[in-house]
Amino acid sequence: MSFDLRELYQEMIIDHNRSPRNFYTMVDATAAANGFNQLCGDKLTVYVKIDLGIVQEVSFVGSGCAISKASASLMTEALQGKTIEEAHNLFKQFHTMLTGSDEKSDEHETAISLDKLTALAGVRAYPARVKCATLAWHTFEAALRHDHSPVSTE
Amino acid sequence: MSKINSNLNVDSIRAQFPLLKETINGNPLIYFDNAATTQKPNSVIDVISNFYRHDNANVHRAVHTLGARATLAFEEAREKVQHFIHAKVPQECLFVRGTTEGINLVAQSFVAPRIEAGEGVLITHMEHHSNIVPWQMVCRKASANLIVAPISIEGDVLLDEFEKKLTENDIKFVAINYVSNALGTINPVKKMIKMAHDKGALVLLDGAQAIAHLPVDVVDLDCDFYAFSSHKMYGPTGVGVLWGREALLNDMAPYQGGGEMISSVTFESTDYAALPHKFEAGTPDIAGAIGLGVAIDFLKSLDMNAIAAHEAHLLDYATAALHSVKGFNIIGTAKHKVPVVSFVHGKIHAHDIGTILDNEGIAVRSGHHCTMPLMDFYGVAATTRVSLSFYNTEAEIDRLVYALQKVEEVFA
Repeated sequence: MSFDLRELYQEMIIDHNRSPRNFYTMVDATAAANGFNQLCGDKLTVYVKIDLGIVQEVSFVGSGCAISKASASLMTEALQGKTIEEAHNLFKQFHTMLTGSDEKSDEHETAISLDKLTALAGVRAYPARVKCATLAWHTFEAALRHDHSPVSTE
Repeated sequence: MSKINSNLNVDSIRAQFPLLKETINGNPLIYFDNAATTQKPNSVIDVISNFYRHDNANVHRAVHTLGARATLAFEEAREKVQHFIHAKVPQECLFVRGTTEGINLVAQSFVAPRIEAGEGVLITHMEHHSNIVPWQMVCRKASANLIVAPISIEGDVLLDEFEKKLTENDIKFVAINYVSNALGTINPVKKMIKMAHDKGALVLLDGAQAIAHLPVDVVDLDCDFYAFSSHKMYGPTGVGVLWGREALLNDMAPYQGGGEMISSVTFESTDYAALPHKFEAGTPDIAGAIGLGVAIDFLKSLDMNAIAAHEAHLLDYATAALHSVKGFNIIGTAKHKVPVVSFVHGKIHAHDIGTILDNEGIAVRSGHHCTMPLMDFYGVAATTRVSLSFYNTEAEIDRLVYALQKVEEVFA
């Protein structure tokens, strides 16, 4: 197996794909949204519970490739306890890690540690798979907007 | 690297396709995405380049030498198409952008003005989106019904059901794929056309997938329209053909207005040009059409019986190979197939399989293949599709097996 491939499918990705965390339908969610990857037909639903501007709980259900499932699973862990602004910033940083764009973040934005999300850094070598890794995040953002129309990564 | 099957010299054929020499991720390319688009032989690439270097001019307009040369080459290409599909006259062969435009042309110019509320258009459950959506658009506007003929789990159209749908739903038009892009099924279209005609319905064949694998004789098939794309038969992208019966085409209003499709224009009215120009508004893809003509020359230079034998052998070999790797299941097991093998893994997603195969230099398609209703029928979101050409070899399929074992290792 090549270096890039081992980077992509590292232990943590395989683990979160096999046993995704927070994989359930949240009955008392304050917001939810559906995500859809037109390229491969992957579908997922992200549930969010927000209280006092803090993300209390995030969960998801759906089917998809290892990258999209692991990314959704890691996202649900990473977002817990974050303020809404921190959540937006985290996605921005995560997206930059995947696409390598040199967009400078606003100075007043606090950098948040990507922590376990760096397990997905290998996606950068596979531009065709960036959409898989960001589907859950786009869907989370849609839920925050209380937008109930399905999200597409196109 | 390749074995010689029957009388086919695969090595000498491969030598004519420069792209097959590419290296992908450090491995020699194995191109298994031929149902999406085929690679192009030198003769096709050269004729396009030579046209722009030496003959480029617009067609059907100028009196200068280049204009005459371009027009002659363009119309010669039309005659090559005519003979290739055994059309009666060249003007029945319209140059369009591809299969999709051909189907839309028939939907808008033939079916839309004729279909009435309550009447039906019949398709099958295995159609490509390009043979579903144009009919949805027409039916919605006319309050007509789009009826779907069911298929078996093997991926064959249920002919009894097809016939029943024809009768029960006042079907005026039938649009079916000759060969399924996602499953490889070769449909018994002659039988289906006969059934449709017996009920007074006309038939369009989506011939995109058949054209590279089966001899096509539109008179013998007895279809009313046949659409196909150049790029799936070793020609360039951006051009395709809609064949229609001359009387039907004459009876149809133009699809688009513009230059080349007129005989005279005033601000009050326009007299349309005769076939085929009535349907070829604007400057066509001249170099593309000429390239298609040369792709036809290339196919005609091959021993078609040897090609058919080699492709049939590759299909059997690939099917057996897939069965030999544990965990993978083939979707689409019809008795009559072109060399297409679609498969799924119980636990591993098609996208992950596609990425790992790409890492080994193997190009396959992973996705829904623009056949979402068909994917729903099989209860899968996506499949991995290996679609073969006569330039593929047993050795390449062996490499696929090796790579699929790696897929299992990564996710074990």
